[in-house]
Amino acid sequence: MTVETKLALTAEDVRSFSEAQGEPTWFAELRERALAEVENLDMVKPDKTNIEKWDFFNFPAHTVESDTYASLAELPEAVKQIVDVEGQQNVYIQRNNTPAFLQVTEELAAQGVIMTDIFTALKEHGELVQKFFMTEAVTVDEHKLTALHAALMNGGVFIYVPKDVEVAAPLQSVFYVDNADASLFNHVLIVADTNSKVTYVENYFSGVASNNTQANIVTEVIARDGAKITFGAVDTLDAGFTTYVNRRGETLRDAEIDWALGLMNNGDTIAESITHLRGDGSVADTKTVVVGSGKQNQNFTTEVRNWGKASLGNILTHAVVKDSARAIFNGIGKIEHGATKADAQQESRVLMLSKDARGDANPILLIEEDDVTAGHAASVGRVDEMQLYYLMSRGISRTDAERLIIHGFLEPVVSQLPIEGVKKQLIEVIEGKVK
Amino acid sequence: MSTLEIKDLHVSIEDKEILKGVNLTLNTNEVHAIMGPNGTGKSTLASAIMGHPKYEVTSGEILLDGENVLEMEVDERAQAGLFLAMQYPSEIAGVTNADFLRSAINARREEGDEISIMKFIKQLDKTMDFLEMPEEMGQRYLNEGFSGGEKKRNEILQLMMIKPKFAVLDEIDSGLDIDALKIVSKGINEMRGEGFGCLMITHYQRLLNYITPDHVHVMMQGKVVKSGGSELAQRLEAEGYDWIKEELGIKDTNAVVEEA
Repeated sequence: MTVETKLALTAEDVRSFSEAQGEPTWFAELRERALAEVENLDMVKPDKTNIEKWDFFNFPAHTVESDTYASLAELPEAVKQIVDVEGQQNVYIQRNNTPAFLQVTEELAAQGVIMTDIFTALKEHGELVQKFFMTEAVTVDEHKLTALHAALMNGGVFIYVPKDVEVAAPLQSVFYVDNADASLFNHVLIVADTNSKVTYVENYFSGVASNNTQANIVTEVIARDGAKITFGAVDTLDAGFTTYVNRRGETLRDAEIDWALGLMNNGDTIAESITHLRGDGSVADTKTVVVGSGKQNQNFTTEVRNWGKASLGNILTHAVVKDSARAIFNGIGKIEHGATKADAQQESRVLMLSKDARGDANPILLIEEDDVTAGHAASVGRVDEMQLYYLMSRGISRTDAERLIIHGFLEPVVSQLPIEGVKKQLIEVIEGKVK
Repeated sequence: MSTLEIKDLHVSIEDKEILKGVNLTLNTNEVHAIMGPNGTGKSTLASAIMGHPKYEVTSGEILLDGENVLEMEVDERAQAGLFLAMQYPSEIAGVTNADFLRSAINARREEGDEISIMKFIKQLDKTMDFLEMPEEMGQRYLNEGFSGGEKKRNEILQLMMIKPKFAVLDEIDSGLDIDALKIVSKGINEMRGEGFGCLMITHYQRLLNYITPDHVHVMMQGKVVKSGGSELAQRLEAEGYDWIKEELGIKDTNAVVEEA
């Protein structure tokens, strides 16, 4: 049985939601067109995972109203663990669908950097948003879920870093869910203009058990000529979410995007992390860690596509699968015709911790140019008995030895996260999941 | 005083018998050396004492102060006071040397009584200094990318931090240049004394120039065939093993090939 694309919201609902947000006309129209297209478009097709019976369309509420926070001190304790209340300079907190707190330093504002919730951005920086919103990186009509996302977008953040500006301290977003009925059609749009530099870290964080709802997240990260973006994320959404999360990068000439992604959702998840190396000499490094547990079913596609000459793509995925969880890891390096001297490298390692767990690493290299370099390594296996023996011979119990090995295995991504609290949180999440 | 007794130990790997009745008794405050040609079961003995998963003890006993070691898991053996400096230590990516060592020390302490970070760092710095290891080696991942010599030195670092009752050193001298050999020996000599016993496995007399053993044993064909004092090692160095073979009527034809 196929779940029907029966939409919870009508065109009228979407129109009135858009009006209530005071959105510009072009955006209201974009929503309307998108909604009309959902029906006709194909479904997303994650390789090797059958999602026919997954429900991506039903949720208890499109938006829920939540109280805002007057200061970071009011944040729930759990959120304070990831936000440095004293030290974090620039931070956006979204509570369910409500922009709940924003702090941007004067210095940042003086540099012309924009950091604001997506609705404010639509009103105050409409032209900039219009230029980049689902135009370059992700497009509305890719498939049903991108169209649904555009039609129902109910939160997110916009960041713009002007030409030549280097933002020293990391910018942080926390998308916090504490209403069981909340859905997330969240849009993150980051544009780093020519020769600028920025570090951004986001958390999707659940403080409540959700009622069979949706997270449909689209993140567009655009590095213009010579720009560098460091992007960190830790997703820990509750099992009640069915998640489609699409993080897409675009690098122009000599630009670079480095991703460090801790994909630790507790529910069924389709995650795509794709970077298009459009410009010559541009670079993408995508490091991902995953722990699949319980009865989770997940599909991860990490792709770097080399269009530019001498562009460099690197993919590293380390994953642990336990209990009766299932996870597919598709790693794709694609070098387009004309991308001479391009390099596409990838490594996927999957550790299986129980006999009922299913993990599959699926490395793909598609090369349409001769003068290039490429390589891949993939493995699916168990914790190495010799490593366990070595650690145990020092008095460390089997359980602790296994834990050390797993933490070590996931370390290449953990160590890349630029905010200390988020790094610690990821370590704790891993600890909780592998225990 | 503690005693490690090995009684009529028979050990097989993949159904091939390597040890064919080894007898050996070690006390703390003693250093023993086991010598012998390649493939006579020396490393198998070391692995069997520690509980390597691939080696099967088919008969015999290993007792530590009367306790049956063979019934213990690998970590329990270590907790009971055994240590094996391995010939080929595992590399473990992502786990720093320091974190690993702290876990090993804390594994011996009660929950809530973990070693303080300050105290640990002080002890680690001091020991690394003693072994002339650069400070950054504490923050490097465990054995990953270490040279052969660095790995051996790191085994001795662990030995000195963990302070076991009995250490088995499996070819701790192999692949070391003379300077590294001196440092490794310095570490082992530092451990010598009351409460510490050591079993060194080596091909070469060279190591014994720096660490004078109290007892020397020769292994051939899966058995200890001769024991003596340090003069035995000197004679082996001068004359090789042939005289022992002759004396005992051992022929080479059925030499054991395996030496893991």
